[in-house]
Amino acid sequence: MEKSKSRNYMNPYLAGILLGLVVLAANFISGRGVGASGAIKSTIVAGVETIAPAHAAGNEFYDNFSKANAGKPIQNWLVFQMLGVIVGGFLSGVISRRLTWKVEHNPKIKSRTRLIFALIGGILFGLGSQLGRGCTSGSALSGMAVLSLGGFISMAAIFGTAFVLAYFFRKLWI
Amino acid sequence: MGPLAINEIISENTNFLLAFFIGIGFGFVLEQGGFSSSRKLAGVFYGYDTVVLKVFFTGAITAMLGLLFFSLFGWIDMDLVYVNETFLWSAIVGGVIMGAGFIMGGYCPGTSFCGAAIGKIDAMIFIIGLFIGVFFFGEAYDLFEPLFHAKNMGSPRISEFFGISEGILVLIVIVAAILMFWIGEWAEKKFPREEY
Repeated sequence: MEKSKSRNYMNPYLAGILLGLVVLAANFISGRGVGASGAIKSTIVAGVETIAPAHAAGNEFYDNFSKANAGKPIQNWLVFQMLGVIVGGFLSGVISRRLTWKVEHNPKIKSRTRLIFALIGGILFGLGSQLGRGCTSGSALSGMAVLSLGGFISMAAIFGTAFVLAYFFRKLWI
Repeated sequence: MGPLAINEIISENTNFLLAFFIGIGFGFVLEQGGFSSSRKLAGVFYGYDTVVLKVFFTGAITAMLGLLFFSLFGWIDMDLVYVNETFLWSAIVGGVIMGAGFIMGGYCPGTSFCGAAIGKIDAMIFIIGLFIGVFFFGEAYDLFEPLFHAKNMGSPRISEFFGISEGILVLIVIVAAILMFWIGEWAEKKFPREEY
């Protein structure tokens, strides 16, 4: 069993073409690209509004987003799309037999180390996605698809920084 | 004709339903491409697995070309399609912070949900981090606000910015991508990959 069945990923160029068609469909149907971090923002804004309405109303970040969504921050295109992503990812995992509970990490590090850096990485990515008005999906990929200058800048800044910092974090991965 | 939702050919609720199906396609393709694995994703930064480069740029080119053709055929009115705003400094600083998050966390937001969907616990922890990060930005918004709104350039397309046609711009991106694919294929042969 050199190559078990569960490891057969799709040809990356074919996956790329299909990914491009998904972005094309989103633009054709909804006039916008795909995204991910925006759905987290929706959830946070809805959560803060529910728990501390006065606080949310007094904060421009929460309030502007809520008003832009007609007072229903959770009823947002990206929230529905991200629910789909979870279903789609799960279905793909079922078909390709990749459903397992595991902490995936380089065997040279402890899984605890992996989880600590996953948390730090997530915090930074969440913060950066708000400052940068979108993440790899919404700003870089979908932005590039519509030739947005900002999309190209996001892409270059995200991947450029990761390349520059790769040396310092090499023990996590190689 | 397109975009269907903006031209009110489909209702808002239909649009939300279709968003769910677009999401299924998005998640399915990401997982099939291997984006549910942080070690595959991080591989591009060390050369041992360049799947990110291949899928991301093939995806971007396909979508760009598709929109260009749809526009040419009169199937979509590109003036009605959302073009991301460009605020120069927040795009750069935000991108740098995201890049740091990427190399430490091994995921980006979309891919972390794919990883979590097939049971990756590191992806779930990354998602908890995302929520903390977004919440922190919201709470500290006054602090970030000047940078967030600095150097507003509107919503320019990169082709307009450089004063060239969209077709030429896309051609340049395609040529650049092919060069990168070639480097990626070379790197994968040069740097050994373990099975994971």
